[in-house]
Amino acid sequence: MERTIYRTIKATPGIWGMAALLAAFIAAAGLSVLLIEEEGHIITGMNNQIVWGLPHVFAIFLIVAASGVLNVASISSVFNKKAYKPMARFSALLAMTVLLGGLAVLVLDLGRPDRLIIAMTKYNFTSIFAWNMLLYNGFFAIVGFYLTVQMTKGLSHKVHKAAGVAAFTWRLILTTGTGSIFGWLVARPGYDAAIMAPLFIAMSFAFGLALFIVVTLTLFKLDGRIFGDKLMERMGSLLGVFAAAVLYFTIVQHLTAMYAQEHAGIERFILRDGGIYTTLFWLVQVVLGGVVPMALVFLRPSRQSTILASILVIIGGLAQLYVIVVGGQAYPLEIFPGYEVLEGFNEGMVNAYSPSIYELALGLGGVALALLAAGVGAKILRVLPTNLSDANYPD
Amino acid sequence: MSNRAEMTRRDILKSGAAVATLTLAPGVTLMAFGGSDAKAAAADAGKRWGLLIDANKCDSNCSDCVTACKTENGWGNDGGAHSTPETESAWIRKVTLKDKNTGREVSAPVMCQHCESPPCVDVCPTGASMQRVDGIVLVDKHICIGCRYCMMACPFKARSFVHSDVPEQSVNAPRGKGVVESCTLCVHRVDKGRIPACVEACENAGHSAILFGDLKDPESPISKALKQYPSIALRADLELDPGVRYQNL
Amino acid sequence: MRLILAILVLMGLSLPIHADNHDIWPEVPKATGEPHPEGNEYWRKNHMVLLRHDRDLTLREGEREDIQASLQTCFDCHAVKDDAGVAVPFEDERNFCRVCHDFVAVKPDCFTCHRATPSDNVQNRMMATPDEPNSIAAYLERLKALEATEAEANQ
Repeated sequence: MERTIYRTIKATPGIWGMAALLAAFIAAAGLSVLLIEEEGHIITGMNNQIVWGLPHVFAIFLIVAASGVLNVASISSVFNKKAYKPMARFSALLAMTVLLGGLAVLVLDLGRPDRLIIAMTKYNFTSIFAWNMLLYNGFFAIVGFYLTVQMTKGLSHKVHKAAGVAAFTWRLILTTGTGSIFGWLVARPGYDAAIMAPLFIAMSFAFGLALFIVVTLTLFKLDGRIFGDKLMERMGSLLGVFAAAVLYFTIVQHLTAMYAQEHAGIERFILRDGGIYTTLFWLVQVVLGGVVPMALVFLRPSRQSTILASILVIIGGLAQLYVIVVGGQAYPLEIFPGYEVLEGFNEGMVNAYSPSIYELALGLGGVALALLAAGVGAKILRVLPTNLSDANYPD
Repeated sequence: MSNRAEMTRRDILKSGAAVATLTLAPGVTLMAFGGSDAKAAAADAGKRWGLLIDANKCDSNCSDCVTACKTENGWGNDGGAHSTPETESAWIRKVTLKDKNTGREVSAPVMCQHCESPPCVDVCPTGASMQRVDGIVLVDKHICIGCRYCMMACPFKARSFVHSDVPEQSVNAPRGKGVVESCTLCVHRVDKGRIPACVEACENAGHSAILFGDLKDPESPISKALKQYPSIALRADLELDPGVRYQNL
Repeated sequence: MRLILAILVLMGLSLPIHADNHDIWPEVPKATGEPHPEGNEYWRKNHMVLLRHDRDLTLREGEREDIQASLQTCFDCHAVKDDAGVAVPFEDERNFCRVCHDFVAVKPDCFTCHRATPSDNVQNRMMATPDEPNSIAAYLERLKALEATEAEANQ
């Protein structure tokens, strides 16, 4: 394998057009935030029954994917796979920008985003949410250090390895924390489960790799670089393994819950009676986001299969998070087991949620911010390799 | 000051005294003008305030407790034109239930249960959701960032998020857009030696379904009633030990 | 060298402002009642520190009797009234807090949640006395009486 040459991307009209498009999305999100600040959350579709909605679906997707995007670099640093080495720099950069996008959505949706300083200085350490804030900040620091190590000449292999291992370990702790935000909620039957943490870890592997493939390929296309078929197929089959892992943990989660009579209600809701949630679960998450990508990359491995599988995994991931975040809240709290509620506002009934345009704009703005920042990073820093062609594929 | 390079014992004492005075002076001034924490605080750790709700005495057609809470604390009419019942705050609500097996109908108010181990306090990232030493669970709205995680964590749907500007606040309950709130057990009344508004209203309506008192005092009416008659906690399986208990539910 | 001199001259020119800056200060509405013993300078500088200290005592420790920290006590003297004699809310620039805070361009966060005007509801300003029917003491008396009559009825 020849020595990797990293070059910044050229400012072509294609790149500028993409940047303008992303900036437009960011502007729309900014406008939404201004309106929500002015009028209050009453203009959104979120209410006292569905308190976390579409913005949180996007935010958590990005945060989980960020951790997985870093995985590409970890495969080279921690697991010593040479083929992934050229992609390690961009993997670290993209991980940081994707996390930035997710956090931006989360912070801007707060009731009082002006109190961010309080959130960053006052910590209640029994709250996994508080720990997550520390983990996110640490992620930026550690991955920033990791990227610096990768871009500095003359550092010994030991330093590279140490930085890689530190980043890998940190991201596993971070994603465990993200999964635990839901897993540690005793109140709601759709959450309260230890499997949430490993499920989120598996999701991070799958969503992160899929996002990395799509973004890198797009930048390569815009900049006229070659991304070889052999590498594409290899990453595709890895994506298939990750998608299988997500399906595995999902199956275990639901089988276990179905066994307990007390969880029968929520399981019936998600798997059969939940309307939109049931459709999203079976059709989009399981089939489109799990089974089809696996079939594509294992039965017909090719460049096209990998690309299509990546896009489907992303869509399936968003659906999965929608079912988890919103579906878990739509199912009513069982405060009075054994009783039927005759009167009581929104008591014991499925809660309705119809997202507003502001929430969609905010979520998409976060994605756009992540992508624009990654593009700017690739323009300023030499992180994108020039030799991912088949000729350079290691044997 | 002597000419020697090292400090003498006298120098150390002088500078030490100066530093100590400078450090303590602002605190002493603050305490003189701002109130002293040396005096006994009004929230007494020897007490635990609670409610005992007798569902048999509760009338399903009556919602005086809800009305009284709305009047006392100024919620229920925030959003104006935009507001929907889903976005309006609800510190207390009435529910009417029917036992699926026996068909028995019963009615009771539900509010923040002021748990001994409140999940909302555990999950709050800034510590805004807090529990006082006398058991009352509150939101410190000065540091609430409006993340709504406590609303996800509450098993009783007790917390509400304020979705729009509050036009005219009640002097008893400062509340505003973007923070989370819930039943305060009328802490502004209790600290001044009064019973909560819902308790007063229920008594005035002739039902007296809500009994208020100190759970830690074995001689209080509420403790004696809990000792004598069976009562339950909502979601007892979660073992949160709420301060609000229900009889005949 | 000339640069340093120029900077020093500019700094010197600003001295007159520090000497007597009251010409550009806003017209602070006159308060009624007794002035604070510590004086205006102290309160202008330290009111936020005191408010923050007191709010924690009130909210977290329930100290309401001894420190009398309710903002309502401020409005007893510092409520600015319009022509109709009604106290102006925070949205009105004549509000007491608005006058200075607009001048220094610092937006106080207090009035997102707190009232900025006096309230007619003064029931909870003072400790309840046992003769008031909604006091805890009177309530417990009524319960005791009820318990006694029930005990008699059961005998």
